[in-house]
Amino acid sequence: MHIDHLVKMTNEIATFFASESTPADAPREVASHLTKFWDPRMRREIIAYGQQGGAGLSDLARSAVNMLVMPAPR
Amino acid sequence: MYSIGYHDAGTPASVSTKSVRVEIDGQSLQVPEGTSIMRAASEAGVSVPKLCATDTLKSFGSCRLCLVEIEGRKGYPASCTTQVADGMKIRTQSPKLSELRHGVMELYISDHPLDCVTCPANGHCELQNMAEVCGVTETRYGLAGEKHAGLEKDQTNPYFVFDPNMCIACSRCVRACDETQGTLALTMAGRGFESQISASQDQDFIDSECVSCGACVEACPTAALSETTLAVQGQPTRSVATTCAYCGVGCSFKAEIKDGPKGAEVVRMAPNRDGHANHGHACVKGRFAFGYATHPDRVTQPMIRKRISDPWREVSWDEAIGYAAQEFKRIQAEHGKYSVGGITSSRCTNEETFLVQKLVRAAFANNNVDTCARVCHSPTGYGLKHTLGESAGTQEFDSVMQADVIMVIGANPTEGHPVFASQMKRRLRQGAKLIILDPRAIGLVRAPHIEADYHLQLRPGTNVALINALAHVVVTEGLARDEYIAERCEAASYAKWKQFIADPGNSPEQTEAATGVPAALVRAAARLYAGANNGAIYYGLGVTEHSQGSTMVMGIANLAMATGNLGRAGVGVSPLRGQNNVQGACDMGSFPHEFSGYRHVSDTTVRGLFESAWQVRLESEPGLRIPNMFDAALDGSFRGMYIQGEDLAQSDPNTNHVVAALTALECLVVQDLFLNETAKYAHVFLPGSSFLEKNGTFTNAERRISRVRKAIEPLAGLEDWEVTMKLSKALGYEMNYRHPSEIMDEIARLTPTFTGVSYEKLDRLGSIQWPCNDAAPDGTPTMHVSQFVRGKGKFYVTEYVPTDERTSSRYPLILTTGRVLSQYNVGAQTRRTANNRWHDEDRLEIHPHDAESRGIREGDWTGISSRAGDTVMRATLTERVQPGVVYTTFHFPESGANVVTTDNSDWATNCPEYKVTAVQVALVSQPESWRARSIAARQRPRVTETQ
Repeated sequence: MHIDHLVKMTNEIATFFASESTPADAPREVASHLTKFWDPRMRREIIAYGQQGGAGLSDLARSAVNMLVMPAPR
Repeated sequence: MYSIGYHDAGTPASVSTKSVRVEIDGQSLQVPEGTSIMRAASEAGVSVPKLCATDTLKSFGSCRLCLVEIEGRKGYPASCTTQVADGMKIRTQSPKLSELRHGVMELYISDHPLDCVTCPANGHCELQNMAEVCGVTETRYGLAGEKHAGLEKDQTNPYFVFDPNMCIACSRCVRACDETQGTLALTMAGRGFESQISASQDQDFIDSECVSCGACVEACPTAALSETTLAVQGQPTRSVATTCAYCGVGCSFKAEIKDGPKGAEVVRMAPNRDGHANHGHACVKGRFAFGYATHPDRVTQPMIRKRISDPWREVSWDEAIGYAAQEFKRIQAEHGKYSVGGITSSRCTNEETFLVQKLVRAAFANNNVDTCARVCHSPTGYGLKHTLGESAGTQEFDSVMQADVIMVIGANPTEGHPVFASQMKRRLRQGAKLIILDPRAIGLVRAPHIEADYHLQLRPGTNVALINALAHVVVTEGLARDEYIAERCEAASYAKWKQFIADPGNSPEQTEAATGVPAALVRAAARLYAGANNGAIYYGLGVTEHSQGSTMVMGIANLAMATGNLGRAGVGVSPLRGQNNVQGACDMGSFPHEFSGYRHVSDTTVRGLFESAWQVRLESEPGLRIPNMFDAALDGSFRGMYIQGEDLAQSDPNTNHVVAALTALECLVVQDLFLNETAKYAHVFLPGSSFLEKNGTFTNAERRISRVRKAIEPLAGLEDWEVTMKLSKALGYEMNYRHPSEIMDEIARLTPTFTGVSYEKLDRLGSIQWPCNDAAPDGTPTMHVSQFVRGKGKFYVTEYVPTDERTSSRYPLILTTGRVLSQYNVGAQTRRTANNRWHDEDRLEIHPHDAESRGIREGDWTGISSRAGDTVMRATLTERVQPGVVYTTFHFPESGANVVTTDNSDWATNCPEYKVTAVQVALVSQPESWRARSIAARQRPRVTETQ
């Protein structure tokens, strides 16, 4: 997966929930969206990227990524 | 000629709920008030002679053959134009009536060719039948007088012939064009004996405004207008009721068949007058463009090859299936079980898509299944599910006949959904108002007897800003239906949305700079929609195929809820689905995150239900979507793919990227009618079966499930569902169905919205709109009637976020895409028919101002460059597009429209942003060198993508 692509998608999801949700709930909403719709390999990559600093992720996107649980290796 | 075996009642049925009692030829019966005598007689089993009457058209009263006697009244009124009255006593047979009818028929026959034996309508000609009924075997006027003989036939249309010598001037064709189709292309020119049918201004049919829907051909009582197939193949002898495989309207047809030495062959597709979606109407694709099914390009032998550079080798079904299964198993053994996946097709049946997703989940043991709805209406599923609670349109098509204001957003019904467009136009001619939101002046903006009240010609990519501006007017001008909202919607979500939408930043005046739509127009359109008793919204891919596609769908639902326009006939939010079974493919669990009935794979109860039924452990995590599969193919974690009935290499955006991904696969299995663009990268080709060759069901845009019935045997010997079963068995997961009805029974057992669906019920009712269960045993025409499926409707804040795809000095124009009437999707079917007579290449529509500044004239070759790629097309100069916007279609692979589209996508669903691509357009003197450059680029995978 191109990490730039994953970062772009995560930021776009975060942009929607930034206005739709409250600041307190938005990270959980973004994380929930990623969990519901992203294949585990995509989540693993964005989580690993977030753990390395997550350059390019918006603040909300980074908060959401940090909330994600690393899917078990398969 | 209407379909064989059809009994025509003469005039349309009355919809009155009051009834009257009449006596016809001594027989007493009760009929609805407003029924014609002719129809009442028909219901009594009495056929009154007729020529100008047919039950799809208003009565006309010109042929004077249907005269009757009414007790207590003078004269001999026409039974088609005279309505029954309570207590009326009618006689349809008497010596005087026979004499009058005989005289009329003699006049007709005296001016008609008597070559019945060689006539294509022989045996089904109404004039011939009436002559027999009236006992006319000769005419006292002789045959020597002046006649309409020796007139030249119009054979310009590839599908039908107009022979004026056969015309009896009944005007049924003219009225069919007016009333049924709504194009008004035909007229009766001249007076008296000179009267003659004229297409447009006395033009050939092919050059006229005629859209070749065939309504006139069906209405013609003689062979004046007749299908060319009748002359070539002869009369059909039997028919099979089935469903069209083109757009999401899902028209019901009678496939009329002739059995010959080479087996059964389809002669005509006659629209089914009992069809619930189309009521006997059709378009040029559904009625005429079925020849692709037996086109010489059909591949009917399975084929395999080790490498995509190798030539194909024809093999047996068993060898091809065995090779595919062996390769998938090898890949999974070497790279893990998540390294393969499959794509279901919106062109295949519900039963076939259900089996493919079952194969992926049960035999591949993962959730890497997706469907082509990903690239069209996936935002509809997301947006409507979240706001209203169900991933489907809210209405039936007939609902439009009760709409007072119709809003069409990002759809082009006269081209993409022509039969529904005809119904919509009928309502518009009755006086309904029309609002159109579209960057381009679609046909409905101004058509015969129709003119949009407001055309909000927005800039591509600014949908959300515009829908917010409309809602802003509703809220700030006090037009919201507060009582409805209080009763039906979540109070907290409404309060939050109301505050957001009332912000001056969403006002028409503030958004005008982005949308380009004058604020006054937006305000007027909002007032019109909000003030309607019944306001109905219909939308298409111009809504969904954007980076904010899902947001826009939510914005539409917000607007409908705020104005109380949901939950009854005449209102609603209706997505116009592009392909015949987009709705069905989505319903059947084709998305990687959900089972049939839109239930998430992580739901342990639901998953347990499927595990129990399928006797296999199922994955709880979502799988890859189509664009994710491409990305994963390029990073090496996805290496095998089974594609049934889709051409991703042509239909998906950023062709260079798609081709690189397909090329990277170790095993690509394509199941299709033809060696399509995707098959160029395949290792196994499995022949598909057309809709004429199989049993199953399609679900149309109004959630209507209709039967597909086998008309001819599969050319390759197997129906598609049988091929999937074989592949699954070879993979080690056996499926045992003897007939698609058993697959539907399983779907019904596992899917709450389909609980009451069965082939027996479909045969009995004709069609069923889901949900169909104990609460709605006969189906659900209108959804959300007493409450929304989710309980309370939820408003979502829909902030406008401009797309990343921006114009620049290098790419100053915005390209947007769409369809034309005669072609369908990637053109695999229609390009193999005579429909190419109307559209044999994709053209670039460009505004004259933009063309002039580039030195481009009509028909010139142009080079189109975007950040994704380059292609060439010839130019059409038109003011349908606004300056700064260019437009094209994607029906022809050689035009490479998707070479230039980007892989930007909807934030929620990854539906590609086909509708907004920044491009530059330049005059090209050597199109072939441009095309070669483009093709070379496609065949050369980019280094960054293969690393």
